[in-house]
Amino acid sequence: MAHIAVQEGLPGITGLLEFRLDSSKPIRELTQILLRGPSTLTEADRELIATYVSFLNECIFCTSAHSATANLLLGNTEIVESVKWNLSQAPISDKLKVLLIIAGKVQRGGKNVTDEDIALARKHGATDIELHDTVLIAALFCLYNRYVDGLASFTPTDSSFYTTLAKRLVERGYVRPEGGYTVYPPEN
Amino acid sequence: MAHIPVPENMPGIRGLMAFRPETAHPLNLLAEQLLQAPSTLSKGERELIATYVSRRNHCKYCASTHGAIAKHLLGDAGTTIESVLGNLQDAAVSDKMKALLTIAGQVQISGKEVTTESVAARKHGSTDIEIHDTVLIAAAFCMFNRYVDGLGTYAPDDQNIYDMIGKQRAQTGYLTPPMPIPLS
Repeated sequence: MAHIAVQEGLPGITGLLEFRLDSSKPIRELTQILLRGPSTLTEADRELIATYVSFLNECIFCTSAHSATANLLLGNTEIVESVKWNLSQAPISDKLKVLLIIAGKVQRGGKNVTDEDIALARKHGATDIELHDTVLIAALFCLYNRYVDGLASFTPTDSSFYTTLAKRLVERGYVRPEGGYTVYPPEN
Repeated sequence: MAHIPVPENMPGIRGLMAFRPETAHPLNLLAEQLLQAPSTLSKGERELIATYVSRRNHCKYCASTHGAIAKHLLGDAGTTIESVLGNLQDAAVSDKMKALLTIAGQVQISGKEVTTESVAARKHGSTDIEIHDTVLIAAAFCMFNRYVDGLGTYAPDDQNIYDMIGKQRAQTGYLTPPMPIPLS
């Protein structure tokens, strides 16, 4: 049970964002810009950063949600699984690999990112704005993961929940639907 | 030197916000909402949470800046924040604030550290919104601290600079343009 009285039927982050619309507005806006705004990183690349950081923070709700979203965007599950469990061998570009390594260092603490990491990312073609956004996406998920787990919000175990959520995040992004969310599980 | 090109006279998060105004906008709105908007926690109390988490994350720029803002808001020459950063259990704050700062310290490590027992902060009179906001302020500073340090930004040594920034933010909040910082 969550530590605070969130609306029933809104698992994970959703119930928390609905609990306090004042603070959720800028959080959603930031997420929409970073994960869905114009960028030279694909939406799948950015969802992989979100997934990897959530996985390192062991946040089951966020890892499941963003894994499912990246899977849907990529059309396979292999890439997400290899990024999580065996990053150095993952079938992704060298640039994305270094950006994920930087994201992993941000997860442990910002000071872990070295000049060498940045130089290697640039060598593989990363731009200033890609570096900026990688660090900020990783930092943002350090917020989300702590928010979700710190208030002990409900984490569904049913994979179909995450498939439905992923579809919503691919189709409409992180913008709040007018009138709020459909409750889970669906009422009979 | 920062890992990306930022204006020379803009230390810490200021340079990053100048680099990417699109993301600066919601980041500033979030800080304003969490730290300045009407709340049953005073602005000073909320800045204590921000400073405490930033110090635990060893983020010099954020800890110095928010420590200075707390000082100006509390009007106490910095004694309260120093006591919180010293030994929390003996700090010059209410039992309720001690319980909320304990939760914030747990969030700084990981969300999973927060236990049902620590949320017994309630027995000192905390409301659900206060517990929510404490967790979210702590989580937000785990983001801000990583953003500032992950991009290798510059943090001045001169305490007078933080004092200037602290005074401005205490008086005008987070939505006013940053004042120029004299180059050392």
